[in-house]
Amino acid sequence: MTTLPKSTEKKLGLVIDLDTCVGCHACVVSCKGWNTENYGAPLSDQNPYGGDPSGTFLNRVHSYEVQPDDGAAQLIHFPKSCLHCEDAPCVTVCPTGASYKRVEDGIVLVNEQDCIGCGLCAWACPYGAREMDAAENVMKKCTLCVDRIYNENLPEEDRQPACVRTCPAGARHFGDLGDENSEVSQLVAERGGFDLMPELGTKPVNQYLPPRPKDTMEEFDILAPYLDPVAKDAGGFLGWLDKALDALPGGAK
Amino acid sequence: MHPAPSIILFTTLSGLGFGLLTFLGLGMPGATGFVAFVFFTIAYLLAVGGLLFSTFHLGHPERALKAFSQWRSSWLSREGICAVAALIVMAIYGIGRVFFAEHWGLIGIVGALLSLATVFTTSMIYAQLKTVPRWNMPLTSPLFMAFSITGGALLAGQITLAIPLLIISSGIQVAYWIMGDGRLAASGTNMETATGLGHIGKVKAFEPPHTGDNYLMRELIHVVGRKHASKLRMIALTLGFALPLIFLLLPFGHFFALIAVLCHIAGILTSRWLFFAQAEHVVGLYYGKR
Repeated sequence: MTTLPKSTEKKLGLVIDLDTCVGCHACVVSCKGWNTENYGAPLSDQNPYGGDPSGTFLNRVHSYEVQPDDGAAQLIHFPKSCLHCEDAPCVTVCPTGASYKRVEDGIVLVNEQDCIGCGLCAWACPYGAREMDAAENVMKKCTLCVDRIYNENLPEEDRQPACVRTCPAGARHFGDLGDENSEVSQLVAERGGFDLMPELGTKPVNQYLPPRPKDTMEEFDILAPYLDPVAKDAGGFLGWLDKALDALPGGAK
Repeated sequence: MHPAPSIILFTTLSGLGFGLLTFLGLGMPGATGFVAFVFFTIAYLLAVGGLLFSTFHLGHPERALKAFSQWRSSWLSREGICAVAALIVMAIYGIGRVFFAEHWGLIGIVGALLSLATVFTTSMIYAQLKTVPRWNMPLTSPLFMAFSITGGALLAGQITLAIPLLIISSGIQVAYWIMGDGRLAASGTNMETATGLGHIGKVKAFEPPHTGDNYLMRELIHVVGRKHASKLRMIALTLGFALPLIFLLLPFGHFFALIAVLCHIAGILTSRWLFFAQAEHVVGLYYGKR
């Protein structure tokens, strides 16, 4: 049923730390690996070794340059996958009931046997979290590794999403964001976690932690004021050349 | 948005077909026998033909019957149900007109209303999407409805109605374009809200996730066609409304009427192509595009 549950018992999701992410794409690779071999249709590639490679991914890492008003530009790596929204627009548009949000843990899933591949859910998602697989023609999306987190055949430390398990920087955290006392909720509260595109009213469960403010370097050398440039005006040949070039049409006045 | 030919043909042709069915259901024209047969055949070819084109867009058309199940939440599901209901009711009404020379008025009115409801549900598939600000506005449904009714009036040979309808539709079209052009900026969604990094400074895409393209970029980020948008708008207005108006004002003849209809269809196809090609999906912001 594609109507959304009024509330879910848990709100399982990810907390992604933009301060810590180093942009290594290990989460992308482990996600593709696990989800190609397990739940649902494999994540296919088209022309992977040719001139125009393309493929299905449930997790992609963008990189952004952010330029503050003053100070140096910052490079921020930005992993993005399904945010398992509380008010998920992708679920309600589905005409077949293939898309649904689970009452027990809030995970948004696609029943691939019911998917007609119309693509409307991908249109409805603002985050680009859903991709149609070009080989199977069904919609693929992050399952929050539903086949890992409850899997008692795996050692306990592996019962978390593949992307979280593999992150070498510890930039990804998994837990119940509906429980105020959970580690992830406390992390969000402490670090000021935020929603992506909050104005669209999707109420994402996944949260992003902002990069910490950059340090500013204090003036530490008491002799620095005495080290001003010695020659403010060039003399001699260079000084003549400077003036001569300025005098030409188009030169600095 | 990627202007898929299957969806452009579907929305244009079935819009015209359901428009014609609306007029037929209201008894305009009230022809019976063979003439009615020709009218109903044209209407069904357009409406059903359009619906068939829409299935080319599906990854798994063999599962299409499942799409009738989620009418509680999904406009796409509602569209499917309305379309089938309209086609069945109008078929019953058409049998009366063609074979028994009977006007079963109530059935015709119900069929006409269902035909209009089908076009409305189609328009709501687009108008509901907050992710495409150019579609997510009150004029999207009037635009689809006006085109359908105007095309229906032209096909049904309702000249006196078609003339004012052409003028009204062209007005809605121009208003839709003017309002649509400012929608993305007015929506408040930009790279800063998309990334949540606006509090640090101006955000710029530095490197995309992959060297190649992907489904999202092919489907949702279409920038090629926007270059000629203003020329195509003039072509759409000229073909869709101005020329048909001139042909209708000339002394009536079936030849001019046919030319008017063909011009109108070409104009609506152009407008519908722009409807998709110009629509900006907010996911483009993550790629530094719009």
